[in-house]
Amino acid sequence: MTATETAPAAQAPGRRRLLDLVAENGVYVGLLLLIAFNLLFTRRFGEIDNIRLQFVQVVPVAIIALGMALVIGTRGIDLSVGSVMAIASALLALYLGYGPVVAIAVALLGGAVVGLVNGVLVSVAGVQPIVATLALLVGGRGLALVLARGRLTEVFDPTLATIGSARVFEVPIVVLIALAVAVVIGILVSRTTFGRYLVAIGGNAEASVLAGVPVRRTLLTVYILCAALAALAGVIQTARLSASDPSFVGNLIELSAITAVVVGGTPLSGGRIRIMGTLAGAMLMQLIAATLITHNLPDSATRMVQAVIIVAAVLIQRQRGAA
Amino acid sequence: MTTAAPAAVVLDVREVSKHFAGVLALDRVSMELRPGEVHALVGENGAGKSTLIKVLTGVHQPDEGEVRYGGEPVSFARPLDAQAAGIATIYQEVNLVPLLSVARNLLLGREPTNALGLIDQRRMNRIARETLAPYGIDVDVRRPLRQLGLGIQQMVAIARAIAADHRVVIMDEPTSSLEPREVERLMQVVDRLRRDGVAVVYVSHRLDEVFRLCDRVTVLRDGRRVHSGPVAEITRLELVSKMLGRDLADVARARTRFNEHSTDRAAEPVLRASDLTRRHVLDHVSVEIRAGEVIGLAGLLGSGRTETVKAIYGVLPLDSGAVEVGGGRVRAGSPRSAIAAGVALIPEDRKAEGIIPTLSVRDNIVLAALPRLSQAGFTSDRRQDAVVERLMSRLRIKASSPDQRVGELSGGNQQKVLLARMLCLDPRVLLLDDPTRGIDVGAKAEIQALISELADQGMGVLLISSELEEVVEGSDRVVVLRDGAVVGELRGDEATEDGVMALIAAAARETGQTELIDETAASPDGPDDGD
Amino acid sequence: MTAMATAGDVGRASGRRERVAARLQQGGALVVVVVVTLVASLLFGGRFASVDNLLGILEASSFLGIVAVGMTFVIIGGGIDLSVGSLLALSAVLAAFGSQFGSVVAVALPLGVCGLIGLVNGLLIARARLAPFIVTLATLLFARGLAFAVSDEGNTIFRIDPDQAVIALGQGSIAGIRIPILLAGLAFVAGWVVLNRARYGTAVAAIGGNEEAARLMGLPIARVKAAMYVTSGLLAGLAGLLVAARSSSGQSTIGVGLELQAIAAVVIGGTLLTGGFGSIAGTLAGVLLLNVINNVINQVGTLSSYFQQVVSGVFLIVVVLVQRYLTREQRL
Repeated sequence: MTATETAPAAQAPGRRRLLDLVAENGVYVGLLLLIAFNLLFTRRFGEIDNIRLQFVQVVPVAIIALGMALVIGTRGIDLSVGSVMAIASALLALYLGYGPVVAIAVALLGGAVVGLVNGVLVSVAGVQPIVATLALLVGGRGLALVLARGRLTEVFDPTLATIGSARVFEVPIVVLIALAVAVVIGILVSRTTFGRYLVAIGGNAEASVLAGVPVRRTLLTVYILCAALAALAGVIQTARLSASDPSFVGNLIELSAITAVVVGGTPLSGGRIRIMGTLAGAMLMQLIAATLITHNLPDSATRMVQAVIIVAAVLIQRQRGAA
Repeated sequence: MTTAAPAAVVLDVREVSKHFAGVLALDRVSMELRPGEVHALVGENGAGKSTLIKVLTGVHQPDEGEVRYGGEPVSFARPLDAQAAGIATIYQEVNLVPLLSVARNLLLGREPTNALGLIDQRRMNRIARETLAPYGIDVDVRRPLRQLGLGIQQMVAIARAIAADHRVVIMDEPTSSLEPREVERLMQVVDRLRRDGVAVVYVSHRLDEVFRLCDRVTVLRDGRRVHSGPVAEITRLELVSKMLGRDLADVARARTRFNEHSTDRAAEPVLRASDLTRRHVLDHVSVEIRAGEVIGLAGLLGSGRTETVKAIYGVLPLDSGAVEVGGGRVRAGSPRSAIAAGVALIPEDRKAEGIIPTLSVRDNIVLAALPRLSQAGFTSDRRQDAVVERLMSRLRIKASSPDQRVGELSGGNQQKVLLARMLCLDPRVLLLDDPTRGIDVGAKAEIQALISELADQGMGVLLISSELEEVVEGSDRVVVLRDGAVVGELRGDEATEDGVMALIAAAARETGQTELIDETAASPDGPDDGD
Repeated sequence: MTAMATAGDVGRASGRRERVAARLQQGGALVVVVVVTLVASLLFGGRFASVDNLLGILEASSFLGIVAVGMTFVIIGGGIDLSVGSLLALSAVLAAFGSQFGSVVAVALPLGVCGLIGLVNGLLIARARLAPFIVTLATLLFARGLAFAVSDEGNTIFRIDPDQAVIALGQGSIAGIRIPILLAGLAFVAGWVVLNRARYGTAVAAIGGNEEAARLMGLPIARVKAAMYVTSGLLAGLAGLLVAARSSSGQSTIGVGLELQAIAAVVIGGTLLTGGFGSIAGTLAGVLLLNVINNVINQVGTLSSYFQQVVSGVFLIVVVLVQRYLTREQRL
């Protein structure tokens, strides 16, 4: 009965276009402005060591944000990524005795299992994503602490040390790993049926079912993938720090990842995934923190600025949706 | 305001028009409502009933024309204003809070309080019981509403909505989800309101109810009022023909007549749905579709036509029944197996169930066919583009490019995108649920022509339409549904609008609902006896 | 239409089952608390079942309890408040900082600031219609940042002078019972009365249960929602104030993850995370359960205290699955 009332028409197209423009490209503009500011006012910003440092530091958030972008694209959310990092880190330390390959495999597998639980709760039991993954956020961190007996473990392993700190052609290996992940995820989103299904489900789950999209399987896969990426971030973090500290690793990283995704222009309401935007969003938040710190503004200011940016980003999305 | 003469018009809708984004939803519609009358408002999908109600209740404001209430022009800015003025609305979906108790639902926002400003529960429960008593409801008012039957929930909604000073009560399809016994109780409530001098607007698609309960009837079609008058002066057949009948203003439009596809009657049906049954929804519905045949599925809104195609497609859980395609049984509960078997559906609600507004035209078109257009999970741009290009030009989809978002297209083009999505699959059977609803005349003619063309190429088509003309002219056979059961099948020359309407209008005999009504009421006013 | 009919059928057929299950869900946490307490008393005897230990459990529960009362209202109202942990820390820091200027400032400053941040939450959610999750996530960051900013990046730990009257809030006792316990008890009683006996409580449940219906019934949606977040902020502030008074200091690092514990306690207590229905008594049971389990795990000694988080997580999953089962027909 409402069919006649829903003919699409862009009211106030000018305003809408402006909001579109800001939402689509704001993150790149912000990033460029920030880089320009730093080149002008921050000493040694343009030096290779600093650039390298910024990239290395953004790696865990960037990897997790890529997985998060996929989940948000389906109109879901994954709060458990920080805990998954901790579990992976704990498992890595625990199984290092069997060699680095086995340890890494176990860590990734452990993460994937958490993702499987998330996915089953969401896609089979129909629990809201925020609730399902909240349970794993609470329980997962506890599990990581139990595995590690609550202790910080130092991790000495040549292979891991190489992963954590070596460079190939001056590019740190962790950055290369993140780039590889970004390329794979980018291809997944733009070139595969799976990627198409993700955004279809996020855009209209009911229509997707009727179009024969394997909704259940797709959701299950995306939560496993997101958790596996979080576990990878956990492994990388552990390798870089040469230590596994399950009570701290990945704390609040779900917030940074969600922020990167949202600031990057992927709407929380699902149906679209922006990979480049997500990477730019992660980098933007990283540079904001770095800029504030190098200009003697404390860490606390970083958080407050981030908070304002999150709200601004969702306000723009909201206005855009309403326009 | 209370000085008005008793027979005066309490609510007077004068030449009201309402546009939505260029679409005319109400076209100079008028309606007069008198105290103590039950006024039926009927019409098919998209006729404008909902819009009219929303104008009356302050959800929408009319673009043209005026609404006079108690003799004075009024303009309600929001639903609360209409409510405060004495116009109560009972919505189709029960608009209460299911987890709260009956008493709290009844008195939400006006709970009796004690000296401390706290809710006086004993008094609240007593008032609740007293409020419900006249409706013949005796339940523990402390129980959460959701634990009670829908009928009682509906009564609570009515009891809540109607305060002593309400002069107009609008009921939007109040019986659509009720059991027969509950319907009976609702009718008594409506009778009581009439005796109390309240004016009732009764939206329904059940003819039995209209003829039994209502004093006057207004028929809307395509946003226009096509009839208004006493129920006693119109026959069922006349009413049905006014609801469904030929629309004179549209006669001039381009039309293709496409009967008589070359089908072999003796041929094995490509799809055979047998004894589809679901309690209160479908009653042993069987349909057979042969290759190259267009079957029309006719019936009023709520007759089970949408449910039938959904059952065939495997998305409506059934108590019993089976669907076979090409001799093999289709697994129930899975659209994927229906698609694999060669069945495709264009759903009724284009927006909620069809398009994915955030995706491009291209992505929407290829969505269902992705597995065929990809290798090892990787999509092939070349193959997709070829398919999209072919279908966009064949269906004449007007979009700035295949990359335009579907949400930005017009309704007609969105519908064509959905058709394209299903045609990608090369289906053997196409289920079309009201494919031309709410779209412009040009696109409508194109889609009708396409249906005929597809049947000529050997596809089996099951067609539902809110417009009887479309069903009759477009189909080789017409299966007529009423109250969830097949009441007749017309083929060839029998398949006329009059024939179908006669079947639809025939007073229901076998259903339990009618028996109950007959027991308690004077025999329904149904002069024509159909077939 | 079909969906409605289905819902009706299921609703009737499952009336009894549903009532039984609903009762189980609401009382479940309480039963488990009692059972765990009894078993622990048998296993550990006086080590567990002493007045001192039990009062200790109550005191440990009081801070989380106060926060959880506010969270219960927010969740029943269909929202979520992730900022409470940070607000608690901010409040503690501000209380200790403000105590330099006297006890009145030590009380008024943290409560005022936390109430204000709660109001910002409420306005962004109720007026700008942003998702509660993302808004309170932002204020989680903001409040923590503010706490660090006030305390010189956490390097300054403000002390509360033992002479200050405000200390009594954390360390004083009446009739042998610590004031935080009494205040938490007060919060629960007040919460129960407001939820069950005040119009506001019904309005919160109505908005969480069916916002559209509540709007049509004429409830002031935005005002009620904003009030929920202000209350939650104030209660988190109160808890932080008590923590500061208890420890004579304000640390910016406390309360991390407290929001999750509060949500867990609320949900374990039988409040639907989807909103519309909940119980203050259940929340009390949930809070006690978490702390009793924690205490028991400490008693066992061989178990690491981190098991408590695992148990919370498992509990959450089980409870949510039960809730999902109970409210299944609603989603059809």
